Amino acid sequence: MDLLQTKGIEKQFLGVKALKGVDFSVKAGEIHALMGENGAGKSTLIKIITGVYPASAGSVYFNGKECKFRSPLDAEHAGISTVYQEVNLLPDLSVAENICIGREPRTKLGFIDKKERKVQARKALARLDIDINVGENLSSYSIAIQQLVAIARALDVDCKLLILDEPTSSLDENEVKELFKVMKKLREEGMAIIFITHFLDQVYEVSDRITILRDGQLVGSYDAKDLPRIEMVAKMIGKTPEQINEMQAGIVKNAKFGDTVYEAKGIGRVGTVSPVDVSIRAGEQLGLAGLLGSGRSEVAQIIFGVDPHDSGTMTMCGKPVNFNSPQKAVKAKVALIAEDRKVTGIIPDLTIRENIVLALQASKGIWKTMTLKQQEEMAEKYIKLLRIKTPSGEQLIKHLSGGNQQKVLIARWLATSPKLLILDEPTRGIDVGAKAEIEALTQQLCGEGMAVIFISSELEEVVRDCDRVIVLRDRKKVGEIAGSDISLKNVMKLIAG
Amino acid sequence: MNKTSNRFRHLVWPLVSLALLLLFNAFFTDNFFKIEIKKQDSAQTVQAPAVPDNPPAPGTSWITPENYENSSDSAEAAAKTVDQAGQAAQAAAEPQQAPEKNDGKGVSIFGYYLYGTPIDILNQGAKVMVLAIGMTLVIATGGIDISVGAVMAIAGAIAALLISMLDAGSFPGASMGPAIYWIIPVVAALVLATLAGFWNGMLVAGFGIQPMVATLVLMVAGRGVAQLITDGQIITFDNPGLVFLCNGHALFLPFSVWIVVTMYVVAGLLTRKTALGLFIESVGNNERASRYAGIEARRIKWLTYVICGFCAGVAGLLAASNIKCADSNNAGLYLELDAILATVIGGTSMAGGRFFLSGSLVGAILIQTLTTTMYMKNVSPAIVAVPKAMVVIIVCLLQSPVFRAKVLSIFASKAAKGGVQ
Repeated sequence: MDLLQTKGIEKQFLGVKALKGVDFSVKAGEIHALMGENGAGKSTLIKIITGVYPASAGSVYFNGKECKFRSPLDAEHAGISTVYQEVNLLPDLSVAENICIGREPRTKLGFIDKKERKVQARKALARLDIDINVGENLSSYSIAIQQLVAIARALDVDCKLLILDEPTSSLDENEVKELFKVMKKLREEGMAIIFITHFLDQVYEVSDRITILRDGQLVGSYDAKDLPRIEMVAKMIGKTPEQINEMQAGIVKNAKFGDTVYEAKGIGRVGTVSPVDVSIRAGEQLGLAGLLGSGRSEVAQIIFGVDPHDSGTMTMCGKPVNFNSPQKAVKAKVALIAEDRKVTGIIPDLTIRENIVLALQASKGIWKTMTLKQQEEMAEKYIKLLRIKTPSGEQLIKHLSGGNQQKVLIARWLATSPKLLILDEPTRGIDVGAKAEIEALTQQLCGEGMAVIFISSELEEVVRDCDRVIVLRDRKKVGEIAGSDISLKNVMKLIAG
Repeated sequence: MNKTSNRFRHLVWPLVSLALLLLFNAFFTDNFFKIEIKKQDSAQTVQAPAVPDNPPAPGTSWITPENYENSSDSAEAAAKTVDQAGQAAQAAAEPQQAPEKNDGKGVSIFGYYLYGTPIDILNQGAKVMVLAIGMTLVIATGGIDISVGAVMAIAGAIAALLISMLDAGSFPGASMGPAIYWIIPVVAALVLATLAGFWNGMLVAGFGIQPMVATLVLMVAGRGVAQLITDGQIITFDNPGLVFLCNGHALFLPFSVWIVVTMYVVAGLLTRKTALGLFIESVGNNERASRYAGIEARRIKWLTYVICGFCAGVAGLLAASNIKCADSNNAGLYLELDAILATVIGGTSMAGGRFFLSGSLVGAILIQTLTTTMYMKNVSPAIVAVPKAMVVIIVCLLQSPVFRAKVLSIFASKAAKGGVQ
């Protein structure tokens, strides 16, 4: 019998149909992967199941009964817990406080029973085989532990269905393994788990069944072992497997480079990165590789002036420059699409149009204002060019899916016609289709003579796309490889040291 | 979705509230909407009820609009209540003798002007309307400026000090003649107020102090600074130029209304016809991302505090001009709260981001209409804040989508139940 079942779920947002009659079911004791491109409707479906939004049509059955949850809390009481991509906990409270928040054990007098709280927290964590000091602040633990604490909190109620929305995107390989162990353990206990991820390997590692959505419609539900990987990707983006092979073969490295665009000698910042040399020519794609925390993003931020360098010199097109604020870098036609889209990228309450024109306008200053018509034309142009899924440029950017937000940010920087484009993890948290589009786009830009610095944790991407790779370890440059020497093995060797 | 309807949606609820309030007055307040055209000469003989800006402190007897015949009396009444040292009386003595002669109301272009309660509301509300401009921009960056009332006092104090020195001939500029030299104190007041705004901006944007704390400094110290400027006195003046600001008329309306109109037009052009508005909204919504996009977020924030200081300067001059004296203790007292309320009622979120100058304008008018209504209904100033607070809460609730949805769902569920039965 199905634990959760949805029938004909539809959802409409301001004239956009996000879901068009989705039937979906999950059995007890299975890990069920929900797959689809950005904007396919995964998050919307989850939010309808958990009562964040009401459905426009259709019904949700849980445990055989029709349910209309009015809030996530409502769903939680019924036995559906959700852990979101961003850890939704309070970093400055202790682990125990986080686990028991909102349902603190009380003493007879009605005060919070702190001892009992710690006991309960420890019990909840023990279920996931975690043994940490529950009295410590949550922020003193790694993101992975925080994620597990969030799961422990979700399980602490009488939970029958656990929904994990991109739980692995900020975890490293070992941490992912830990998480999977926990997931498998919970499956054996008879819990149903809905798992959303963009990492295809992970899908096959833990999932029993796979449901694919595309453009708000159900493509189908399959047993994981019966669905080859290439076919799954094909179903997600609505192409045949042959077409995908062609797409991947289409990436050709650009061999001709122009003059040096940017050169830095010994730039560093005390406490952030030891001095490194970076130079890049027009049309070249330079990769920065290394583990999380190896200093990749820090180098990008020093180049862009977010964290000004305190040693070394830099030149742009042969002229000495000193980027000690992003504004200077932007005026010199450098662009950075930073790692954390929500914090350093989008301006959520502004429209797509405003988000696109922002950087260009900032480089022009306050007085040289673009007219509304110019702005609209520019937004229109990039919405078409990058195939941003939106009814109009006047939509607020926060209503777009992650991949489309990323495209708006790319549009923002392409509008400034940069000479040097730095992409820090541009493909994180977005789907295969959009990934391929972004990779193809950077190749095309390089072909047009733009210099591109590309940072990614996915080494395959770096190896596939870059003409030269700088490898960092422990906030130091440990090597540089170019041309035919670039291979996964060589990069790994340098990273491992 | 219709673009125009989007742009004016934030104005709906404040306008509805204002309309309701006016409707109330239309039925329950005699002659509320009576607007007369007066000739210059008749100004001194017929006086519509004028409303004091800073009502006497609770405990002193309340003066009803009827016996409030001349707004310049209110200045002296206020001056007398605070006057303790006795020295102030000396300074005030001269204008007391000749209030008729130099009454700013007598100055008017074309010799005609409109007169009535609605006009009075606009005149009295001018200060908050002007303050609301700067406050809106500051709040849009996610900040707040609670020092504007004190900055008003500083501006009024320096203007009054300089004009009294000029009038006494003890200042170099006096040789220019009274018709022109009043411009000196006006400029000095505006410069000083702008500097105060610069100081606030420096604390907030330059040193990263929380806006509430940073501007609290000047809120508390500002009145002290004003006291220092005036040497603890209440300085009265009757310079026709300075008095004209809040008491004179031009093109049928009080001159202060034209000041407000000019400032809103300039502020509107500055924010919507340049990129400043976009940058302010961007910084207020996500400061870090704005910085990554190449916007000098700190400079933008700083600039809004400078603008706010300037607006406080203008409001301070209006306040001083209104009562023809600089009262460091009471000038602009609590007006920062009215300005913040006007901004919030106008649809600008305290969290920063989108801002609506037109909304703030309507908000300021709403607040002043409310105040005037209550004075006309003889509500004691001691409890005036209570009904005012209630109206503010109602407007804010009406603006909240959550509240509206809740109310609607209650009605809907009642209707559904009724249907089942």
